[in-house]
Amino acid sequence: MAFLREFALILALVAVFSTSCKAAALEVDSFEVDNDFSLKSSAAEDTSASTNDSGHGSSTITTLPIVTWKWHHVETPYLVALWILTCWLCKLVVELNHSVTAVFPESGLLIILGFILGGIVWGADKAQTFRLIPTNFFYYLLPQIVLDASYCMPNKLFFSNLGAILVHAVIGTCWNAGTVGIALWACYEGGAMGTLNIGPLQFLLFGALMSAVDPVAVIAVFEEVHVNEVLYILVFGESLLNDGVTVVLYNVFDAFVSLGGPKINAAEIIKGIVSFFVVAFGGSFLGVVFAVLISMLTRITKNVQVIEAGFIIVLGYLSYLTAEMLSLSAILSITFCGVCCQKYINANMDEKSVTTLRYTLKVMANGSETMIFVFLGVSAIDKNIWVWNTGFILLTLLFVVVFRFIGVFFLNWVLNQSRLIPIDYVDQFVMGYGGLRGAVAYGLAAILDEKKIPEKNLMLGTTLIVVYFTVILQGITMKPLVQWLKVKKATQSDLTLNGKMNNRAFEHILTAMEDICGRMGDNWWTRHWNYFEDKYVCWLLMKSDARKNKDPIFGAFHKLNLEDAKTYVTEGERKGSLAFIRNYDNASVDFKKKLALEYADIMPDIMADMSEYDFGIDNVPVTSVMKNPIPSVSLDIHEQDRKGMPDHLTAHHLLDQHLYKSRSNNRPTYSRSHYNTTENPDEMQEIFQRTMRNRLESFKSAKMGVNPAKKLSKHPKKDSPHKPNGKPGDPHRTHPYGDEDFEFSADSASSSEIAGHFPRSTNTPGSGVDNPAFVPEMDTSPPMRNPPWQTETGNNTAVAPSQRAQDRLPWTPTNQSHLAPLRMSTHSTDTVVMADEEAPEEKPGTRHTRL
Amino acid sequence: MGSTNSTLLKIPNVEVLMRETGFSPAHIIRLHDRFKALDKEGRGYLCPQDFGAIKELAMNPIGDRIIGAFFSPGKETVDFHTFVKILAHFRPVDKDRPKEPNSPEPINSRSNKLKFAFQLYDQDKDGKISRDELLKVLRAMLGMQVTEEQLESIADRTIQEADLDRDDAISFEEFRKSLEKVNIDHKMSIRFLR
Repeated sequence: MAFLREFALILALVAVFSTSCKAAALEVDSFEVDNDFSLKSSAAEDTSASTNDSGHGSSTITTLPIVTWKWHHVETPYLVALWILTCWLCKLVVELNHSVTAVFPESGLLIILGFILGGIVWGADKAQTFRLIPTNFFYYLLPQIVLDASYCMPNKLFFSNLGAILVHAVIGTCWNAGTVGIALWACYEGGAMGTLNIGPLQFLLFGALMSAVDPVAVIAVFEEVHVNEVLYILVFGESLLNDGVTVVLYNVFDAFVSLGGPKINAAEIIKGIVSFFVVAFGGSFLGVVFAVLISMLTRITKNVQVIEAGFIIVLGYLSYLTAEMLSLSAILSITFCGVCCQKYINANMDEKSVTTLRYTLKVMANGSETMIFVFLGVSAIDKNIWVWNTGFILLTLLFVVVFRFIGVFFLNWVLNQSRLIPIDYVDQFVMGYGGLRGAVAYGLAAILDEKKIPEKNLMLGTTLIVVYFTVILQGITMKPLVQWLKVKKATQSDLTLNGKMNNRAFEHILTAMEDICGRMGDNWWTRHWNYFEDKYVCWLLMKSDARKNKDPIFGAFHKLNLEDAKTYVTEGERKGSLAFIRNYDNASVDFKKKLALEYADIMPDIMADMSEYDFGIDNVPVTSVMKNPIPSVSLDIHEQDRKGMPDHLTAHHLLDQHLYKSRSNNRPTYSRSHYNTTENPDEMQEIFQRTMRNRLESFKSAKMGVNPAKKLSKHPKKDSPHKPNGKPGDPHRTHPYGDEDFEFSADSASSSEIAGHFPRSTNTPGSGVDNPAFVPEMDTSPPMRNPPWQTETGNNTAVAPSQRAQDRLPWTPTNQSHLAPLRMSTHSTDTVVMADEEAPEEKPGTRHTRL
Repeated sequence: MGSTNSTLLKIPNVEVLMRETGFSPAHIIRLHDRFKALDKEGRGYLCPQDFGAIKELAMNPIGDRIIGAFFSPGKETVDFHTFVKILAHFRPVDKDRPKEPNSPEPINSRSNKLKFAFQLYDQDKDGKISRDELLKVLRAMLGMQVTEEQLESIADRTIQEADLDRDDAISFEEFRKSLEKVNIDHKMSIRFLR
């Protein structure tokens, strides 16, 4: 079935594509519909020639056209968009069946689909119409991939292995370029390739472009394999930096080729070496400069949060273009820009913006990655580039692989001499095997100048073959190989506070040990950098409030709490769903029990964490959460629950019985910077008053002979919507579960008011209360109906976010107070800080009326 | 080489020490030099004050605990052998070292490294990290960045995360379990110069 579906999708793809052709065809001459098929071939060619033929352009207008066919106005963007769509659909097809992708790497499949698409174009046009144009690749497809990769780079890992990465990227690349070039030239001289018009310099140039280990291919393959993090960062970091180095090398050799053999003397060579370093380090430096700029900019973008994320993308792109303009290494520039700024912008920007940025970059990067692979396939379908030379092609393949291995093993041997944890042979082998060539090599080959290098097409074809060989063959074999060699896999380390805390402790211990041993080791440098960063860099690049709250342990804590809260809600919705609102008592109890059982060992304090969650779901920026004492306070609650269990239970019982809704905790806020929480002592007072009142009532009623029905007071509220006599016609009750209404409005209302609010909504005018159960409640309520109270509610309901909040979690406050009795700690001192300021003022008045 | 040997000879039982700790002669000499440098008065042992004199160590938030780890309970001094043995915890695990079945567990084994870390928390040596002990360490490490309440809730959550038997404390076994996935060898090793 799956395959059939896939096939259908491929057909759909083809359909999409042919529509593009047809659209073009239709345009060429809309009258010759019968010739449509013959025209299709020429139509797809986006040549200017067809523009002249276009129907509407040539014909003289005799009457006002209502609609006209304007293909040529949109041709280029239209084709681009169509191609993007097609490529993405390809990815969709590839990802349809995971049993295929489990064996076959996605990148390889995309290339193969590219072949098919290219074949279709070829079949229609009898020529290659579309291919990967280097300019497009380098300016529109590559930057976002590199930016994404560097922005999401595990920073610490990258910098702690920077030495090894640089050695591999710089020395390794030079080694590859040099040896492949020289070995090929030697073989050529030895007569292995027949007669070719290639000089030694051209061979070196070819070697240089062949040495680019492609990050795109590497990420695509290694992400599926999950090797251990050190290996991953070595391969990935190398591939990223090595692109920059390759481009630099390529440019140097290209310049040499243009100069021509005889003109190259020692001075030129030295200049070449100097330019290599200037270009590489200049590019990196430029990237750092841009990173500083970005970080500083994000300090002040608070008011334009909507486009905050855009700044990073644009500035990152600018760093790429600027480097290109200064003929520095653009890839290195954008890489370092991304790596260096991530920490500061993540701290400076709103959490939402960070997520936006992350996802936007992912969309762009994955999108263009897909396009690159598809087009690597499409580009192959071209008669012209296939100049076959068995010797040249096979030898290139051989040398590329062999010298890669030699280089990796040698450099790792050197590195292992001083590495704390040596890279073992299996990892080294995988590193060598991970030398996938990709689009960068192709792009560089495609911009070779045919005038200077007569055998350009042979080189281009060979590059493609090497790319296919490495991406498809090595890609497929990578996974089995990793399994077979038992390469250490990445440990799926979940974020734990213990881990974070001990990491910190370990760091301190190691530094201390180094101090005791009296040597300046890595930890010494790390610490001094941290000190320096804390003192100066953060001061410059971080917002002051972000600076205060950047502690990773607390960050982990916050994140964990958010996660728990999410699970809690999902679980609740899955299990309790709406049933537990309707069937209030049973369902909620069940849910609570189940949850407690299931999560007993995983997340014991889940209930307590709910409080944290509330702040999260309102999307309050972390910074403001932290600024505010509330989270700490509500977190504190779970400490309380450890100690004060019985307290809670009684409180819970009490509240349950008396319809009292706790609102001290879990106060969702509607303003970003301001929290309102009711005062806790107040709550207690209320409970007390309620109880007293109820007792008075029952006493009175007992005296008067009215049925007290104290117990029932809880239910009517719940059942009222269903009861015919409840208050079906109650105008105030728009919400089916009316209680929520005032629960929320309670936020800003003073606590005592809510108490009044409550009965009122249960028996508002018009509803004939036949049920004796209501009586006690009713009797108490009259004072509450008075206007001051109502105006208050009016204000409250006017607050838009409160409505939103209601929609969000229909059961939030009410139910949770039942579900998580722990949270309604009667003593959260915390809330005092947040206490509603109105409360104290209003209190006396209302209280009087009530009593 | 001559000076090497002569320095080594000055250290009693150096063979045993090297076998126990796995340090090379060059390491031992380097550490011995350092030991002598720390031991300003040339007493042949170190006092807590000697460690306190290391400027950087004073800046270390858990520095005093680390110093304390060098001194076995009740003792006020540490001699060269103990000094080297403590430091040997932080030698990276060597893979190519032949594994003799009946040889004692090397000092730098994973669980010994963990034990060292554990005892920094467990100051009262009851084999458990209590909430208070954890809180103290957290307070030292987090400094001014979080409020006391936050600190407490972090401590609670940390304990709950690791606490398997629900006694509100982290035993060594629980400590080890909680760090099961952490590459201790990477995180608790430093490079000793040869």
